[in-house]
Formats: sequence, C-alpha cells, structure tokens
Amino acid sequence: MPAVLTAAGIGRIIHRMMSSSSDELLRRGVEPAISIEHLRVVRGKRPALHDLSVVIARGTITGLLGPSGCGKTTLMRCIVGTQIVTAGSVTVLGHPAGSAPLRRRAGYMPQDPTIYNDLRIIDNVRYLASLYGMDARAADAAVEAVGLQDHRSALCANLSGGQRTRASLACALVCHPDLLVLDEPTVGLDPVLRVDLWEQFHALARAGTTLVVSSHVMDEADHCDDLLLMREGHLLAHTTPTQLREDTGCTSLEEAFLSVIRHSTASAAG
Amino acid sequence: MILLVPILIITLMYFMFQNVPHRPGAAPPFNNACLILLGLFPLFVMFIITAITMQRERALGTLERILTTPLRRLDLLAAYGTAFSIAAAAQATLACIVAFWLLGFTTAGSPAWVFVIAIVNAILGVGLGLLCSAFARTEFQAVQFIPLVMVPQLLLAGIIVPRALMPEWLHWISNVMPASYALEALQQVGSYPDLTATALRDIAVVVGFAVLALCLAAATLRRRTP
Repeated sequence: MPAVLTAAGIGRIIHRMMSSSSDELLRRGVEPAISIEHLRVVRGKRPALHDLSVVIARGTITGLLGPSGCGKTTLMRCIVGTQIVTAGSVTVLGHPAGSAPLRRRAGYMPQDPTIYNDLRIIDNVRYLASLYGMDARAADAAVEAVGLQDHRSALCANLSGGQRTRASLACALVCHPDLLVLDEPTVGLDPVLRVDLWEQFHALARAGTTLVVSSHVMDEADHCDDLLLMREGHLLAHTTPTQLREDTGCTSLEEAFLSVIRHSTASAAG
Repeated sequence: MILLVPILIITLMYFMFQNVPHRPGAAPPFNNACLILLGLFPLFVMFIITAITMQRERALGTLERILTTPLRRLDLLAAYGTAFSIAAAAQATLACIVAFWLLGFTTAGSPAWVFVIAIVNAILGVGLGLLCSAFARTEFQAVQFIPLVMVPQLLLAGIIVPRALMPEWLHWISNVMPASYALEALQQVGSYPDLTATALRDIAVVVGFAVLALCLAAATLRRRTP
C-alpha cells in the first residue's frame, strides 16, 4: 500500500532520500568513483538531463531506475564519455569522464547488444579483449562468466535475444574494469540466469569494482546498494532500497517508486 | 566473391572485344578497356565495401563502443585501411595475373605499375568510403553514395569521352576529382615503356587525395556524439 503523505511528509522523504549508503562511504573520506556536478544535456532540441548532481562511492552497485525516456541511457553515456554535455562536469575515478586514462578502466555495455553478427561469440569477445590489451584467456573467462561457454563458437546472428545480451555483457566484463556501466544488462534473461549475474555483480563489487546498472524492472532494485530514481531528466531521489521502503511505507519497491513519482508530480504541480 | 568478380568481368570483356576489328598498328580495344578496369575496379569496390561496413559500425553502435576502449582513432582507420588494402591487393594480383598471362593483355609500361596504381586507388576508395559513411544514416543511403560520388567521377575521368574533348567547365570539375588522375596515370603506363613524370605526378595526386579523405574521415569519428 502506498502511504498517504502530507506535505510535511514529502519534505521529509525528499530530505532523507538524499542520504544513501554512498554518503556513508563518502564520509569515510574515500575518493568517489563518480562525481557529477550540475550536469545538463540537451539532445536534439529537448533537454535530456536538467542540472543533475550526484556522487557515487567506489565498490558500490548503483541502480539507475526510472521509466523509459527518463534519461538513464543519457546519464550512462555521460559517465563513459560518449555524450556531448551542454553544461556541468562528470568526474570518474578522479579524471574527467571519457579521458584517455579512463578508457582502460571503464567497461560499458550499451542497451542494444552491440556485437558483430557475422562473428562468433568468442571472436567478438576476443576482439574487445584485444582492444583493451587483454589476452585470449580473459576472453574465455568472460564468456564463461556469462554462461555462454557451450555456445562460444556460435555465430552471433543465430543467437536469441538473451544470448546476444550476454555476449555483449561479456565484451564489457573482459577488460576487468574498475567501473562497469551496464545499460539494462538483464533484459530478456530467465530468472535463473538473472540471479546468477547479480551474484557475479556482487562479487565484482566486493572486489572493489563500482557498478552502475540501469533497469526498469523494480524488483532488481533490491540487488543494489544505492538507487537513483529518475524521471524526465531529473534525479528524484538518491536512496537505498531499505530507506525507500521505510520512507514510502511500501513493501514492494515497485509501489514505492510509483509513490515517489506521484509525489514528485504533485509537488511539481503544487 | 571479391576475388573472382573482377576476373570474371575482365574475361567477359575479353570475349566481348574478341571480334571487334581494330586498326593495324593501334592497340587492340580490349587493352584499353582492360587497363581501365584493372586500375579503377579496386576504387569502386573498396568504396562500396568500406562505406557499408563503416556505416554498419556506426548504426549498430559498435563504433561508439570501441571508441570507449583505449583504441586510438588513427589506429582504427589504419586497421580498416590495411585490412581492405590487403583484400584489394589480393584482388588486383589475381586480376593482373589473369589479364597479363591468360588474356594476352599488354601494356607498354611495367605491369608492376598497373598493380601499384590499383592499390593506390583501393586506398583512395577506402578513404572516400569511410568519409561517406559519416553522412549516411542507413545502409540504404550508403549505397546511394555510389551513383552520387563514384559514377560522376568515373564518367568525368575520361572513360567514355576523353577529358580533352569535354567543355571547359566539365574539364575543371574533372580536374578536382581523383579518378581523373588515376585514369591518366593508367593510360600513361599503358602507352609509355618508362614511368613518365605525368604518371608519377598523377600517382602522387591520388595518394594525396587518399590521405586527405582518410584525415577527413578521422575527423568524422567522434568519441562524443549528441
């Protein structure tokens, strides 16, 4: 049940939602993985991100959630440095986003599986591995990590949607990055594989990798340490799954998110 | 495919010209046609292949992805240039072997220079293809660059009407098109036993155009896009 909130309640939510597990880590004086200040992006004639500021701590999994078209992908492209930015700054691991020293340290998996259809899975991953200066063994390990070792010599054109996503994911994992930016990595995957992948993401985070994972499936939010809730190019909240439930009084994250959206709409209108 | 098609077309032309009478003393007409084909086919084919391949890289998002890796843009262009040039070299080698040995094709100059011009043309084709791919949103549009970019160049180069007989203004246009110089170099090699200064200048001009096209293509490879 979405909680019925008063005006004072909304204020409390917005205030408390800006306190996340990142904040605790950052208070300990660790340099943040990603620091975004007053980021503004205009795509075409429409603003895609309005004055967005956020700090993401190292070794965390941050879930980027929001309806389609809310700017998730644009934000991720800003972090990997492929998006032309109108204003503001994005600093990743102490360097400006997209700068040369970062290209070896950040892995990016775009939303559409970007693999070569006329190559085999293993050749796709080996190609990316060689671009990062990794060897064939790294490629084998990445293919195994996404559970495609039985299909490693299959042509990508013949793969199912989920297999293509996993092949694309393997291409991002192959460089053992310090920062992994994954745009909807679990779309079209069966529940077993999804759980498996999330376990791997947790293992990576424990080993110190920072992960930014976008999703529009709310039940995946529970796997994240931190949540960024976005809507129409605005950051609604930077919170944790527990905090979000507490603040909204909802048990399911789906309902919690809906209630946050309703309140943000209401406060924008009021 | 890429290896066999030029051979088949040259063989086809051989039989086309088999019964065509020619003035005694002048070169057989097949010679002229074969020379043009050997030299300009790589330009045409490499342009098509590169434009479509690179357009696919752009549309598929693989280009954006590989540009987030440590790969340098010049490395990417050099790799593309090398890969396609090797394919062009294999193609030109086979076509030259068939034309010179089996079909009785002769040039006054060295066959090696025909081969060199074919390779230079192939690199030019790669450069123009990479450049044009930036302006095509779909593969369909990339294909449309063939009539737009390649056909006028080949026509104005003097394949059908010699450049000297064209009106002044067309002459000027053909002066700024690389294929004109490629064809002139071929004809020089075809008619003179030694490499002439004109041929050498023409080859240099084509190389210059190829480098220019590759540099412009590099400028269209942006790490950051809107």
